[in-house]
Amino acid sequence: MLLIHCPYCEEERPELEFRHAGEAHVARSPDIAAISDEDFEKFFFIRSNPKGIVFERWRHVHGCGRFFNAARNTVTDRFLTTYRAGETKPEISVAETGPAAWANREPAELNEKTAAGAKE
Amino acid sequence: MAKAAAKVSSGGAARKSALAGREFHTGAVRLAVLPPAERISLRAPAGSVAALSKALGLDLPTKPKASASNGGRTALWLGPDEWLVIDQTGDPLANCSEVKDLHSAVGVSHRNVAFSVSGAGAEATLNAGCPQDLSLEAFPVGACSRTILGKVEIVLLRTGEDAFRVECWRSFSDYVHDFLVEAAADTGG
Repeated sequence: MLLIHCPYCEEERPELEFRHAGEAHVARSPDIAAISDEDFEKFFFIRSNPKGIVFERWRHVHGCGRFFNAARNTVTDRFLTTYRAGETKPEISVAETGPAAWANREPAELNEKTAAGAKE
Repeated sequence: MAKAAAKVSSGGAARKSALAGREFHTGAVRLAVLPPAERISLRAPAGSVAALSKALGLDLPTKPKASASNGGRTALWLGPDEWLVIDQTGDPLANCSEVKDLHSAVGVSHRNVAFSVSGAGAEATLNAGCPQDLSLEAFPVGACSRTILGKVEIVLLRTGEDAFRVECWRSFSDYVHDFLVEAAADTGG
């Protein structure tokens, strides 16, 4: 079972207490009626869905009930950090993602058998 | 508001509490349905905590997993601005109504049913369905938390080294009771 650090309960709790709540840092336009259909589509439907680091909203639904944000690696399923809702998106370098660093390479480089950091 | 403990309504009909009288014990675990109590769900910003604490006669805990007791009244921290207040004798809703500071107090006395799980096997019984670390280091006496037991949400309060209070929603109480009986039987003893 995954242990997820809740920034409000200030400790790691079992994943069963949490619920995923979509991508984080999707900004709603202050004047939603004025934006174009294309922009609304991007805001409402289009999600980045990357392989590697994603920033997500999670809710400690069977605990303190709070929404918070988490950076998770979709390849290893490892939570890199969690932080309170409203806080700025943390800078996380590709090197920190460890085994999944290869996932952030260009498609043409994906078959190279070197670590992501080694090419520099 | 009607007292939760009132047994007879004006029509002469007797109030029957959920699971009344059901008890179960093995050598290591004793499981009992607790008597009715007054309960309120309290939501308040940090600025109102002092006034509410004064009115309720106890210091509302502001640390995660903490609870505070005074006499028959216990306040359980559920979230950064949320508490569950359980009272065996008084009326916390009336106390909160005297507070002018911003808050929301909702009577939920009959929403919940409470169990006590006690004995040497209490921790193991709860861990059959609750994934939290319930060791004394992580969950000391007085610690409380909203969490899950099997398929349902519960509020757990450690009342002693080997005693817990389990609060669940009334409609889930049958499931929780049967789950705890099964789990207690599995702990042996």
